[in-house]
Amino acid sequence: MIAVDDLWFKYPSRDEYVLRDINLEIREGELVSIMGDNGAGKTTLVKHFNGLLKATKGNVYVDDKNTREVPVSELAKKVALVFQYPEKMFFSENIQDEVAFSLKNFGYEEGKINRQVEKILKIFWLWNYRNKSPFMLSGGEQRRLAIASVLVWNPKYVIMDEPTAGQDAIQREIILNLINIMLRDKKTVVLVTHDVEFVAEINPRIILMNKGEIIFDGESQKIFRDKEILEAAGLTQPSLYKLEKRLREENILKKRFEGLGDATEKIISILKGGSSK
Amino acid sequence: MDIIKVKSLSFKYSYTEETVLKNISLSIKEGEIVLLAGASGCGKTTLARAIVGLIPQFYEGEYKGEVNVLGMNAAKIPISKISSQVGYLFQNPENQIFMTTVERDTAFGLEFRGFSRDEMKERVIWALEKIGIEKLANKRIEELSGGEKQKVALAGILALRPRVIILDEPTAYLSPLSSRKLMNTIKSLNTEDRITVILIDHRLDLAVEVADRILVMKEGELHLDMPIREAFKHNLSKEYGVNVPTLIKIYDELRKKGIDIGEPPLSIDELLQVIKEG
Repeated sequence: MIAVDDLWFKYPSRDEYVLRDINLEIREGELVSIMGDNGAGKTTLVKHFNGLLKATKGNVYVDDKNTREVPVSELAKKVALVFQYPEKMFFSENIQDEVAFSLKNFGYEEGKINRQVEKILKIFWLWNYRNKSPFMLSGGEQRRLAIASVLVWNPKYVIMDEPTAGQDAIQREIILNLINIMLRDKKTVVLVTHDVEFVAEINPRIILMNKGEIIFDGESQKIFRDKEILEAAGLTQPSLYKLEKRLREENILKKRFEGLGDATEKIISILKGGSSK
Repeated sequence: MDIIKVKSLSFKYSYTEETVLKNISLSIKEGEIVLLAGASGCGKTTLARAIVGLIPQFYEGEYKGEVNVLGMNAAKIPISKISSQVGYLFQNPENQIFMTTVERDTAFGLEFRGFSRDEMKERVIWALEKIGIEKLANKRIEELSGGEKQKVALAGILALRPRVIILDEPTAYLSPLSSRKLMNTIKSLNTEDRITVILIDHRLDLAVEVADRILVMKEGELHLDMPIREAFKHNLSKEYGVNVPTLIKIYDELRKKGIDIGEPPLSIDELLQVIKEG
């Protein structure tokens, strides 16, 4: 479990706190999405989860250990953070070495490293590129490589900062799949994102931040129907929820949409003059 | 008037095997907003680099064909000259920010080109206000979020008062509300300041509201060049890896089930109208 207890944070050079009074618990196997406007403090918050930042006041615990007392190198084995700009992470000459780097660092034996690297590169559709330089990949492929080079050491908690930013439809599909695989493997997945359309497809627990504070913590289905609080946090309603609202206001729809497939079904019965009212 | 003309352009980077642009021809008129879309790695960014002259002047390789921008041959005219008129916002703003504070970074391009202090000041204020980040003027770059950095990079480009701007996935790291504001800014730069815009994106939900035309690339070739509504009749998501708006996903689902609702809806109002009429 990751537990944040009365966390306040400010940069040493500044008077103003960028995180204020944060309290939350993320349990094992949970899918959580931290959402909010640019500059709301989302990335600053998750940097506390693997000890990259230390609280100015308050404490952060990972599996009951205070992050102040555990070296970042050790925390990183458990809590993996995939950054917003993947190319900042790369330094190896080819993709295979990039993915193998952390395993070598952790002292795994070569046979195991090779098997693990091959497996992960295949899952991520990067095996054919294994001898290419990371810098020759497209933006979307680099993002995939960044996630692969973190997942390869099998961390318990995976935090992804804007995983769908700049991703095409195919890559989004792959990321969606990966999230499902990670959840099936009982990993805890934290997404930092403002991609409301993507989040509406996976229905995670949502932690909504605004100006360094948490303003909502609960089900996505609930928050996506609350236009005012969403907009206060720089977000908009996903299109499906907007459409649902309009249809209900016009008295055309009585029930709620439950996902895209369900919405299509309901629209079909309305078009056929059926019973979805 | 055609402001950009690309004729039979092919390109292969010197360090790769495959040709990344294959015989591309297109033209863009002054005052247009054109959306350039396609799956990751299809050549969108490479094409943008060729339009601003970075290809072949900075990235070397095998170059065939011709790119003409505002009467300048993009392969020959110095990049510094092209970039005063054609602003290019990179995919990753980190690669475009050099200075310590927002104000100094926005002024960088002007300083480099020897503008007077007064003119610099006036243009920087205009650009920061246009993007709505005048309050960040004195902030240090490292205190900014990813989305804020993107806005600073765009302000730096606008300060040069370009006639064309190329935005490479400008909303990728912006929140939905900021993205919407950026689209409004793009619209206003286009209508008020007569700036021609090339928008590279594979998310279309916001872009459909501002763009006139879409160019869709696949594996280095230009496949579609048509009004956006027309393009939604093609299978953009499966065939081209483009993230279509949710309304189009519904439209596609309905079509799959044999239900024809006519033209693809571009807004909730349009879909609502169809549903109401049954």
